[in-house]
Amino acid sequence: MELDSLDRDLLNIIQSDFPVTKEPYKDLANSLGTTEEDILARLERMTENNIIRRLGGIFDSRKLGYTGTLCAIKVPADRIGQVAGIINAYPGITHNYLRNHEYNMWFTLLTPDKKEIERIIAEIKMKTGLHQLISLPAVKLFKIRVNFDLTEG
Amino acid sequence: MISSLEKAIVRVLQEGLPLVSRPFQFIAEILNITEDDLIEAIRDMQSRGLIRRFGAAVKHQDLGYTANAMVVWKVAGESAITAGELFSSFPEVSHCYQRENSGGWQHSLFTMVHGKTDEECHQIARSMSKASGLTDYLVLFSTEELKKESMKYFTEG
Repeated sequence: MELDSLDRDLLNIIQSDFPVTKEPYKDLANSLGTTEEDILARLERMTENNIIRRLGGIFDSRKLGYTGTLCAIKVPADRIGQVAGIINAYPGITHNYLRNHEYNMWFTLLTPDKKEIERIIAEIKMKTGLHQLISLPAVKLFKIRVNFDLTEG
Repeated sequence: MISSLEKAIVRVLQEGLPLVSRPFQFIAEILNITEDDLIEAIRDMQSRGLIRRFGAAVKHQDLGYTANAMVVWKVAGESAITAGELFSSFPEVSHCYQRENSGGWQHSLFTMVHGKTDEECHQIARSMSKASGLTDYLVLFSTEELKKESMKYFTEG
């Protein structure tokens, strides 16, 4: 779908400065010089077209008490679908990608406690019969940025 | 610590903010609290960092950032801190973490690099290498997305 300049300005603001106020859409309309109805219609359209994946809170999993890790596993080419089926069934595994490396399947795992991480990893090894699985928890976080400046795009 | 009300707020907010004139009033009614109390609780969760960001998660693919690569660097000790801080200053780098070395994996500095093409991602990695002096790195592209979902917190109980 085509985005006009008002759509882009709106996306830029709501990625980082969504107003937490009684009438947030009206406040956005006032700062962008349009009406609340227009803002709501634009947000609805961009949500339907999947430009906006979600509108709401982005949480800090650690501060909510969750523990996370990034895992990589070596999976034979003819077993990708079957192994992905086993791995993707865990709700705490939210991202899983194939990558161009001998460790070819990379997934993130989030759980309410650390023991659960070890338990799930052991279970995945057992269910898949694959043992070349590494878990790489973060030790230091330098940057997380989830918003993009769209005004020049 | 996180209170049971805060857990309930997370549970509702992760489902998305409704597109109605007074969305917080709508959510407050579900939680059986007042709109003012909900707004105050959300602002408090923002200032304590439980809510890292309140707003829209945007799908980059639709906005021209079609390519991304996980670029991982072999670096140890103090140099990892210097490089991590340097890489974070690149606008094309959205995420930068130092991870544990385990199972023989040695490229422990992870960066997520975004560009318009795969070649542009390679170019960005080359300039990061030049700027940092680190030459042992891997550019890992995702060849297939097998799962991508938002995390659902506090779903049990």
